[in-house]
Amino acid sequence: MIPDMILFILLAIVAVASALGMLLSRSAIYSALNLILNFCTVAVLYLLLGAPFIALAQITVYAGAIMVLFLFVIMLLGVEQLRKGSALPWQQTLAIISGLLLLALTAYVIFIRPMTLPQVSPTQLGFGTPGAIGEILFNKYLLPFEVTSVLLLVAMIGAIVLTGKREPKTKT
Amino acid sequence: MVPIQYFIGLSAILFTIGILGVLIRRNAIIIFMSVELMLNSANLAFITFARMYQSLDGQVFVFFVMAVAAAEVAVGLALIVAIFRNKQSIDVDQINSLHG
Repeated sequence: MIPDMILFILLAIVAVASALGMLLSRSAIYSALNLILNFCTVAVLYLLLGAPFIALAQITVYAGAIMVLFLFVIMLLGVEQLRKGSALPWQQTLAIISGLLLLALTAYVIFIRPMTLPQVSPTQLGFGTPGAIGEILFNKYLLPFEVTSVLLLVAMIGAIVLTGKREPKTKT
Repeated sequence: MVPIQYFIGLSAILFTIGILGVLIRRNAIIIFMSVELMLNSANLAFITFARMYQSLDGQVFVFFVMAVAAAEVAVGLALIVAIFRNKQSIDVDQINSLHG
């Protein structure tokens, strides 16, 4: 119980700190690196919650593919130095106030308002393993699984079309 | 065992930081990264509830959210690259050609 709590508090501090680092960094590369750290920290939190397959999928897909895409685009566009201006002068303060209000409301709902949550009991062996997830994925969620493959194909085609070179139009 | 509300609270904090990123920053790539942070915090909430109710459906949903997020990042970054080619800048304050 106590090691779990210490581990959770450390991971939570690292996650929030890296998220704030992503938010406040001057350089886009530092923001991307902070976000990678955040994703890896959340993956360890998934391990704490009994989701080993999703934890490694998180590291592979999010930190290993999505963030690498981000870093490539940042590198190719060369937009490292950012200036932090705003078209609307009061937008920043309003955003911070609204964000804090949302956080306060959520904290009230979670911690103060009495909620009946089920007792968290230890999971049975094999909870969250690839075999268990595969059983559900290929039986109950087979249709979303197949549709996801079509979605990925469409995204690939869309990305290629958007960045392909335009042929100069010739007069017919 | 850590009380399960702490995980939901952490998810809420990360979500709020993501929202602040979308509202405050002017760089399109940073805004996009904040959206990914919001998706990630929702994933954390899903996994937490899957653990609480001992149901693997939450984890399968996270799997699909990851796939959709990957597809969205591919298309979104292609859009940003295409915009950069036209305007030589990805400051969202300057993308106002449709301004009334």
